[in-house]
Amino acid sequence: MDPIETLKTKFADQVLGVGTHAGQAWVDVKRERIVDVLKTLRDECGYDMLTDLTAVDYLNQGMPERFAVVYNLYSVKDNVRTRVKAWVPENDPTIDTASTLWKAAPWAEREVWDLMGIKFKGHPDLKRIQLPENYEGHPLRKDYPLTGRGERMNFPRYIP
Amino acid sequence: MTEPRRTQMTIEEELEGDLGTKRMIVNFGPQHPATHGTLRNIIELDGERVVKLEPEIGYLHSGFEKISEYRTYNQTVTVTDRMNYLSPLCNNVGFAIAVEEMMGIQATPRCAAIRVALCELSRIADHILSVGLQAMDLGAFTVMLWTFIERENLYDIFENVTGARLTTSYTRVGGLLRDVPPDFEEMVRKFMTKCTKTLDEIEEVLNGNRIFTDRCQGISPVPKDVAVSFGFTGPMLRACGVPYDVRRARPYSGYENYQFDVITEEGGDAWCRYRVRVREMRESLKIVDQVLKTMPQGPIYVDDPRIVIPPKTAMNTPGGGMEGLIYHFKNYMMGHGVCPPKGEVYSCTEAPNGELGFYLVSDGTQRPYRWRVRPPSLYTYQAFPYMTEGGLLSDVVAVMSSLNIIAGELDR
Repeated sequence: MDPIETLKTKFADQVLGVGTHAGQAWVDVKRERIVDVLKTLRDECGYDMLTDLTAVDYLNQGMPERFAVVYNLYSVKDNVRTRVKAWVPENDPTIDTASTLWKAAPWAEREVWDLMGIKFKGHPDLKRIQLPENYEGHPLRKDYPLTGRGERMNFPRYIP
Repeated sequence: MTEPRRTQMTIEEELEGDLGTKRMIVNFGPQHPATHGTLRNIIELDGERVVKLEPEIGYLHSGFEKISEYRTYNQTVTVTDRMNYLSPLCNNVGFAIAVEEMMGIQATPRCAAIRVALCELSRIADHILSVGLQAMDLGAFTVMLWTFIERENLYDIFENVTGARLTTSYTRVGGLLRDVPPDFEEMVRKFMTKCTKTLDEIEEVLNGNRIFTDRCQGISPVPKDVAVSFGFTGPMLRACGVPYDVRRARPYSGYENYQFDVITEEGGDAWCRYRVRVREMRESLKIVDQVLKTMPQGPIYVDDPRIVIPPKTAMNTPGGGMEGLIYHFKNYMMGHGVCPPKGEVYSCTEAPNGELGFYLVSDGTQRPYRWRVRPPSLYTYQAFPYMTEGGLLSDVVAVMSSLNIIAGELDR
């Protein structure tokens, strides 16, 4: 079943648009019912593997919202891939978790929270994964400078 | 000073009665030799049984994704070396293919063949070390030394081809750094004969080894559907009986022209992972053999001076040098050179550990707007608590070495 057509008919009010580049198509959705959208893809279209979950910061790029959470899905049975992009606004960077659908999601979501600062509602254990707990800021955001913050010498020395 | 003895119990009492044991927290890593990298696990033990295991990663986080947003595409190749440091060439190739896919260019046949040969040799380097370390962690130290000899031979080949043993940085967008040296085939042929023998020896030592089989068979089995849900790829998924191989499912770089089997094992335990790796190395040798037999001649770079800098001779020859000089200059100017069109692409290749994906977002400039790596190790390691909880502490080591976690790729 074509995933994009399925989503268009079933979630007409959620689908914002469809994009394509280099032969790969993706579908832009609102974040409100993202779990239902992903559940439909998993159960009805057979996308049983969450290959990757990540986020992109489109700061001042003229996009619908600032952040996009990107789900790359793969169907082992049919050998097809699809991509879902859920737009997340800057002033309220939260989205529902996909941990209930795939076991692969928790760590990927922790990484997105750690590096991009998007909160996943309902996540079983949302804490930093790559950076130390006392780190401030989310480095993959576009307004975070490459140097000047968070270098090793800026950390308080750990004395046990 | 010795501890005062606890109250004596007879053996019968010990066996029958419920011993009031205390839960113990054991800190496994990040400096423990069996973690093979900077990984840390906080293990809660009840006697010798693992009640809860919490992995903690991030000790090797280097911000590769952030750094790459400030590098041009060809500079980013050097960053990919440092991810999976056991098989850097696979990362180089994966990244080059992702950018090429985005720009809609196709590598030349010779370039594609060299890439396949080096990818498969890297796969052997990665798998053979993984098998060796798995054996070493379970007590078979000899196997580890044998595998290191083979790895050394492979590194000699890589050094001969790329000029570096580990930080190869061999691919460029649309080509390779340089052609392979004339004695490449001879070196690889010599290695292949030796490697086949070593693989036979390894199997001879390990397959019938009572200690090795007892500690691997039936340890941490993962059912098919759970493995898929966890996002397992590569040997981990194939050991669970799912025949998913990116080389077959989404052929790249001419893999569709070579004959090889997708190795699967039923069972999904540590033993199956070992079997899959060993059998896959034999398949890799088969592929390398075919590549060497059918290696096409021709250029290694695509014929597009907007992406590839022209050779020095095109600049220095009197009369015809001007155009080459202009292209050379423009390739290094901002806004020229390798500039994929605005858009995004998810491209994946079969790295030794599984599906190595690159999700690239381009804004039309020389630098990636967003560069995301899909590390196979991250998704594999996430299942580590699932695989070890309820088992024995000694199995934690056996399972961990069978996963082949590369911390550089895990943390990036």
